[in-house]
Amino acid sequence: MVAHAQTIHKQRHPLLAFAARWLFTTNHKEIGTLYLWLSFGLFFIAGSMAMLMRLELFEPGIQFIDPIFYNQVLTLHGLLMVFGVVMPAFVGLANWQIPMMIGAPDMALPRMNNFSFWLLPFAFAMLLSTIFMEGGAPNFGWTFYAPLSTTYGPPSTDFFILGVHLMGISSIMGAINIIVTIINMRAPGMTYMKMPLFVWTWLITAFLLIMVMPVLAGVVTMMLTDRHFGTSFFDAAGGGDPVMFQHIFWFFGHPEVYIMILPGFGIASQIIPTFARKKLFGYRSMVYATISIAVLSFVVWGHHMFTTGMPLFAELLIMYLTMLIAVPTGVKVFNWVATMWRGSMTFETPMLFAIGFVMMFTIGGFSGLMLALVPADFQYHDTYFVVAHFHYVLYPGAIFGTMAAVYYWLPKWCGNMYDERLGKIHFWLATIAVNLTFFPMHFTGLAGMPRRIPDYSLQFADFNRMSSMGAWLLGLTQVLFLYIVIKAIRKGAKATDQVWEGAEGLEWTIPSPAPLHTFQTPPIIAEDAVH
Amino acid sequence: MTSLAGGLKSGLCVLIVWSVPHAALASKFNMRPGITEMSVRVQQIHQMGLWVCIIIGLLVFGVMFYSMFAHRRSRNPVPATFSESLTVEIIWTLVPILILVAMAIPATTALRDIEDNEDSDMTVLITASQWKWHYKYLDSGISFYSNIATPQEQIDNLEPKGEYYLLEVDNPLVLPTNKKIRFLVTADDVIHSWWLPDFAVKQDAIPGFINEAWTRIPVTGIFRGQCAELCGLKHAYMPIVVDVRPEAEFDAWIESQRIAAELAGEAAVAARAKTWTMNELLTIGEATFVKHCATCHERDGMGQGDKYPALSGSEIATGAIEDHLGRVMEGKADTEMQAWAPQLSDLEIAAVITYERNSWNNNTDDIIQPITVYEAR
Amino acid sequence: MSRRDNKKHTLLLFALAGGMFGFAFALVPLYDVICEVTGLNGKTSTQVALAEEIEGFAVPSDRSVTIEFLARAARGMPWEFRPLEQQMRVQPGTMNVAIFHARNRARIAVIGQAVPSVSPGRAARYLKKIECFCFEQQKLPAGGEMDMAVSFIIDPDLPADISKLTLSYTMFLVSDLAAGSDHAQMASHQE
Repeated sequence: MVAHAQTIHKQRHPLLAFAARWLFTTNHKEIGTLYLWLSFGLFFIAGSMAMLMRLELFEPGIQFIDPIFYNQVLTLHGLLMVFGVVMPAFVGLANWQIPMMIGAPDMALPRMNNFSFWLLPFAFAMLLSTIFMEGGAPNFGWTFYAPLSTTYGPPSTDFFILGVHLMGISSIMGAINIIVTIINMRAPGMTYMKMPLFVWTWLITAFLLIMVMPVLAGVVTMMLTDRHFGTSFFDAAGGGDPVMFQHIFWFFGHPEVYIMILPGFGIASQIIPTFARKKLFGYRSMVYATISIAVLSFVVWGHHMFTTGMPLFAELLIMYLTMLIAVPTGVKVFNWVATMWRGSMTFETPMLFAIGFVMMFTIGGFSGLMLALVPADFQYHDTYFVVAHFHYVLYPGAIFGTMAAVYYWLPKWCGNMYDERLGKIHFWLATIAVNLTFFPMHFTGLAGMPRRIPDYSLQFADFNRMSSMGAWLLGLTQVLFLYIVIKAIRKGAKATDQVWEGAEGLEWTIPSPAPLHTFQTPPIIAEDAVH
Repeated sequence: MTSLAGGLKSGLCVLIVWSVPHAALASKFNMRPGITEMSVRVQQIHQMGLWVCIIIGLLVFGVMFYSMFAHRRSRNPVPATFSESLTVEIIWTLVPILILVAMAIPATTALRDIEDNEDSDMTVLITASQWKWHYKYLDSGISFYSNIATPQEQIDNLEPKGEYYLLEVDNPLVLPTNKKIRFLVTADDVIHSWWLPDFAVKQDAIPGFINEAWTRIPVTGIFRGQCAELCGLKHAYMPIVVDVRPEAEFDAWIESQRIAAELAGEAAVAARAKTWTMNELLTIGEATFVKHCATCHERDGMGQGDKYPALSGSEIATGAIEDHLGRVMEGKADTEMQAWAPQLSDLEIAAVITYERNSWNNNTDDIIQPITVYEAR
Repeated sequence: MSRRDNKKHTLLLFALAGGMFGFAFALVPLYDVICEVTGLNGKTSTQVALAEEIEGFAVPSDRSVTIEFLARAARGMPWEFRPLEQQMRVQPGTMNVAIFHARNRARIAVIGQAVPSVSPGRAARYLKKIECFCFEQQKLPAGGEMDMAVSFIIDPDLPADISKLTLSYTMFLVSDLAAGSDHAQMASHQE
């Protein structure tokens, strides 16, 4: 994406120079590009796994993949989408955008930046290699509940544990880099309350990452010692408790959910004002709402475990706290709507994806509110209703948010406009397919279909067929996205520096494409300038 | 004008669902109320949550769509400049809180009742294992395993699928009407979850720990559910079937089970007294193997990888008889190989071991008699 | 915004990450404490109740509660394991003894460890065990049988709405059957 050839490596063989450039780069833009391509690649791998599962689920009975392999694909799909697609995509966007948005020449810790990226290909290569191992890939779902993953896990579980450790180290280093950059590298005059919301949401996300990724590392370490070194953290036989696994896991897992959505909030908060040609409504309340969501995310993990036999008071407390999260989340949605209100809107592809994000994320939020009601949760828990819920939050949430960001900033990155007509087609196809895939899952869930099964009884057949067709359409649609991105990188209408008429912010003051080095001398932000 | 298919579609879908008067069709789209007092209350809470979401959704999305229509550039070329209002921020913080409190009240009272396991009339101990349920009536001591009854041929698409495909078992849990029934739920290996939607009971079965739940069923009938927590290979294949009968019929059924247990005891005595031929044992052994063992070890005895080892040519199945017997009777700790001693009769164990030792590539010519199994118990 | 600041902040944040890694492990004893206090998950103490815990108990009242006993052998455990009495009616504040019977079906000596669980979970902290076979590992010779006792007092402070408790034991295999050797270390997490 960066169109600037490096001159330093000219004397070497071009292939070697190419490899050296990307292997050793410490430039935030190049590392951002690496993150985004890695995420994109894994998106197709994990997406193919989803399509494979939907193929098996097209009809009752076992047709294409047996239950053993189904469980492995299910597990890898979840792990890759969470750790390999959504998180690296957001880190990639952060790498590209945060220095440009706060007027910094680069990330604060460029070499660590390089290291935290290059851990990832190894982590995911290791995770994917488990498919070919004796005993197969991990088969216990991305939540890897003990004792299914400890005592009963396949031998490849150890590779999974090592892979999670590598991803965790990478995420922690990435998060530290982002925080240090935001704290120390802001251009003069760029106070915290003048930072763009994308930067704010990432600052909060990075703190979440530092707080919870080590807990994930802790829980997989306990698994490892349970499996090989005679401890019994999660084994009742030795005085341990499998439910404790779930408590520690979800102590990580629930903030993780917000790690996967907060940067998306930031993206929507950048894009909607641009295309409404009106300042973001309630900037301060947006910041405070994001902080409240992040704080609350640490005390609601138990809502993933209502059926494990919690005492009444714990169920009630967690129900109330969980419902409370709807308040700051609602504030954010209302603020976006108020930003649109009496604006002067146009609907280019980034805006379409951002509006799609707001609406469909809200649908996911609604089902989340319903799930918080403990008595009803007893019926929803571990059914397709939950599958529908979190896919609404993650696909039209995290993934649409990322796509909106790519369309929004791609002209700045590569200097060319993408094909607007194809972008719109991409949006509409993706929106139809997402709803065709995930909306019927609400119905199958309410009708009583458990999640994580390769085969189901006849009553669920018609909705499953719809979901399967939607999923294949959705998968194919993303090939169009790849084509649009490549086309824009190779050629396209030349983008102006401001790119979008209503765009405001430091990144739009530098040339398109953004030169490899920007803001070598920090820009001065005027006293009276607003975020 | 650009709009959004997502919201519109979901809004419409939900509207269509709710305007369909036909109850059967509606239940296809919505949670069914079930048959117990609690399940009806749970469904009402769900319904309340759904309506709150639909109404708020329609309002918010309505404003959004109106804005997208009325405030697009071609109609509103000059944008407004407001960007802050403390008043509206306070309003849209406080109003949702009030709505949430209103929702939390019925949820709280229902939850208190759901968690009240006191004063039960009878107790059933439910023990989950990969991949079957075991029920024990603690008041009468009757106990049995409940396995999926759908034939493998239907799963493999070799036969047409029956009406209750994957939702049928060999021995359903029989319960009486109008009694407060307490369930104690636990597991032998990994975490499972006992779920019966029509009772609104879902309780995780956790190895080493017991959980409680209860129900009181007002009507008779057959009700079906499934394991809800991923428990390994055959998670999709451990259904739950409950057969609810009037109290008198239930008592009669308990009595018949007691007699059946006695008869089985007598049959076991008779089986021990007899010396069985190889052919007799092979026939019974094959049937037992297909029903219980082929799930993992496969009909051709070749197993599935390291995890479910091949029996054909295996060390255990061709080595010392005592080791083979011990493995089948006690299972293997920390693996899916379970203890069959409590599940199968002496004759079945003797037959299946004889079968395993004389099938596929195994030609040991060993014959194991039921008396040998009995003595090992 | 100097390099010094970068270094300082980086180190601080790494320390935070390291602290959170430690916190994950601190959650383990913390979880036990929370279980003890709240009865989360019916985890009950495998420790002897201290004398001062029980000596303050009020004079036994007229109240009586039912305690139900369950016993199961875990997978691979070749023991028959059952309570002699299905249930007892007991007065809170008085000492009671329940007997469990175990028989080793195996042809070798086998060591087992019983793990208790109480339902409803919030009753767990009111069940005080004075002596229990679950406090230590039990060994049975090939074909051996024995009766094992648990003596307990129910705290008179047991909430009034609880009239029935269930005490369940799962007997886990400690020794390795195939090797015939002891794996007493397996239960070393107890301390």
